[in-house]
Amino acid sequence: MDFSFSEEQQLLKDSLQRYLEREYSFEARRKRIKAGTGLSAEVWRALADMGVLGLPFAAEYGGFAGSGVDSMLVMEAFGRSLVVEPYLATVLLCGGLIDQAGSSTQKAYWLPRIAAGNAIMAFAHGETDARHDWCYVSTRAERKGSGFVLRGRKAVVLHGGQAQHLLVSARSEGEPSSATGVSLFIVDAGSAGVQRRDYATIDGLRAAEIDFANVEIDATALVGEYAGAASTIDSVLDRANAALCAEALGALGALYDLTLAYLKTRQQFGVPIGTFQVLQHRMVDVLIHLEQARSLAYHAAFYAHASDTALRRRAVSAAKVQVGDAARFISQQAIQLHGGIGMTEELSVGHYVKRLTMINATFGNIDTHLERFAALA
Amino acid sequence: MDFAFTLEEAAFREEVRAFVRSHLPVDISRKVNEHKHLDKDDFVRWQKILYRKGWMAPGWPVKFGGTGWTPVQRYLFEEECAVAGAPSVISFGVNMVGPVIIAFGTPAQQQHFLPRILSSEDWWCQGYSEPGSGSDLASLRTRAVRDGDHYIVNGQKTWTTLAQHADMIFCLVRTSSEGKRQEGISFLLIDMRTPGVSVRPIITLDGAHEVNEVWFDDARVPIGNLVGEEGKGWTYAKFLLSHERSGIAQVARWKRELAFLKRMAGEIQSGGKPLMADALFSAKVTRVEIELLALEITDLRVLASDREGRAPGPEASILKIKGTELQQAITELMMEAVGPYALPFLPEALHADWDGTPVGPAFAAPLAARYFNYRKTSIYGGSNEIQRNIIAQRILGL
Repeated sequence: MDFSFSEEQQLLKDSLQRYLEREYSFEARRKRIKAGTGLSAEVWRALADMGVLGLPFAAEYGGFAGSGVDSMLVMEAFGRSLVVEPYLATVLLCGGLIDQAGSSTQKAYWLPRIAAGNAIMAFAHGETDARHDWCYVSTRAERKGSGFVLRGRKAVVLHGGQAQHLLVSARSEGEPSSATGVSLFIVDAGSAGVQRRDYATIDGLRAAEIDFANVEIDATALVGEYAGAASTIDSVLDRANAALCAEALGALGALYDLTLAYLKTRQQFGVPIGTFQVLQHRMVDVLIHLEQARSLAYHAAFYAHASDTALRRRAVSAAKVQVGDAARFISQQAIQLHGGIGMTEELSVGHYVKRLTMINATFGNIDTHLERFAALA
Repeated sequence: MDFAFTLEEAAFREEVRAFVRSHLPVDISRKVNEHKHLDKDDFVRWQKILYRKGWMAPGWPVKFGGTGWTPVQRYLFEEECAVAGAPSVISFGVNMVGPVIIAFGTPAQQQHFLPRILSSEDWWCQGYSEPGSGSDLASLRTRAVRDGDHYIVNGQKTWTTLAQHADMIFCLVRTSSEGKRQEGISFLLIDMRTPGVSVRPIITLDGAHEVNEVWFDDARVPIGNLVGEEGKGWTYAKFLLSHERSGIAQVARWKRELAFLKRMAGEIQSGGKPLMADALFSAKVTRVEIELLALEITDLRVLASDREGRAPGPEASILKIKGTELQQAITELMMEAVGPYALPFLPEALHADWDGTPVGPAFAAPLAARYFNYRKTSIYGGSNEIQRNIIAQRILGL
């Protein structure tokens, strides 16, 4: 039982935090979002140079064989600085899928490119009628010659508009909600028949609705087992959810600091508002939510890579519920305790709140994970 | 970071488990698991078993009879005892007054009282609260006036848990009305058989006799029973609170209770299907289960920061608030689970030797009373509002 970080982890955490404080200020972030590119080339380059883009991959692919806890440290730092770069989409989702299911040729081709910052990818998985059911895939993949034809539509694909390549889940057999029959394909985003509608998300990211109208791909596009991608997707989404919990933790820590500082400085009735007991007790509840969320975010990060799938799923879903509840409570209280100024666009508070709220709407909301945990208990 | 216990810790857990399995009397664990009434003798029998093994006071220094265990070992010990359905060791002696006597008592006090705590020869109770002094404890008025080599004690304590069983009471008494009110308080050990000491039961809303009033009417207490210095009682009381924190969240015990709830809700039929299949009920149970898992880790994180040598801090208040909220949530869900069978009230059914026929399922009998009884947890030991004040001041700096 040990909750401390290793020297390497502490170093990674500190250097990333220093870099972000310097280069990813609230103002700099605002400008980047305004540019609408969904990706900042110099930040991406710097993350590659720091080894962050290859962190989870094996050394032979230019990585550092990072653990779930390593990814947590990165995502927590990103959460604190509200980073909007496509790290989750490219490194953790697509990199993770290729790493777990890809052939050695695919891994040797893609992972070093991701690690070096030369590949931007997105995971085209969610669908309009799926809502939070991540087994639900109605996009079809039919064999044609030695290759396949993809037909269907993917919804709210994070960084789908910026990605050069898409990892697409598509079904060759079974009902849309069946757990079996789904395959993964790497598709060039510029392929004939791929149509993307790129848009801004409310929390400063980019996403896209993507149509696949009889997109022809060859046999080498298949990643992993044909019609057998379900367990890979489940595993990678668990890791992604653990990472989202870590990102939320960073944002929650920032909201806690900002709100506590405000209680100590904002004067009303001639005294700092933090002298009022009703606000003190509210802030204590913020702290308790934060610490309980931290406990399960750590737990999920530690077990995100566990080979025991039941243990992994329980840890991740528990965290998504606990962190989700904390995100909701702390977000609402941060605005309330800031009063009117908390409602404004110019203050960072609202931006943390928006990101935290959207994390709850990504890869399973609180209810989805509550139900998943209950089914495993 | 590593959530697993070390091999040594796992081996230690096995050792404790094996001991508890072979030594915990079945009639006692059955009472605990079925929420039956525990007699004084049930507590004492189990404590004497721990005493003979040398495990009665894990937190004490070895030279006074402690075990020398690490904080993690103590945690594992408590967990194994709880999982097996052992009664909680009564805290007042071993976890409360014991550490105060060790830290501030005279050698004579240590030689007399500590062995009697270890062997359960003395049952202790705590004389803090008074009718006019609840959360504002420093306003207490029970007076101890020096008369030769005795103090003459007059006043009234209240909410004194299990005073009806007690041989000794440790009291905060006022020895001076001068200066700051905290500085007029002393820490006195009083024999319950002293003439002038009387105990009157208070029956709580669940019908139980758990707490009492303790009256002092010219009770003569030898000055040798003063702990430390006169007027320093408040300091010792605060020291005691920082030692009371061990196991404050009682996570292991409530994991056992939650497992009981889930088993019960699997058996109970609700309109023709098991209650656990009801999505609304299941969601409530699951939320509590997740919160309890979070609390278990929060508890271990606090323990780990202790091990890293940081001073025991106000994090204990977080554990107290969250722990009691979850205890209350679980007792409430248990009552909710049995539906209308929450209504029948047969106090005699709470005694293990009762051989009558229960109304409804046997497990239902104690649950409503228990729900009412557990409302106490957010009040005692410093109300949860006082805990929030402590956190606001000492962690938030407000």
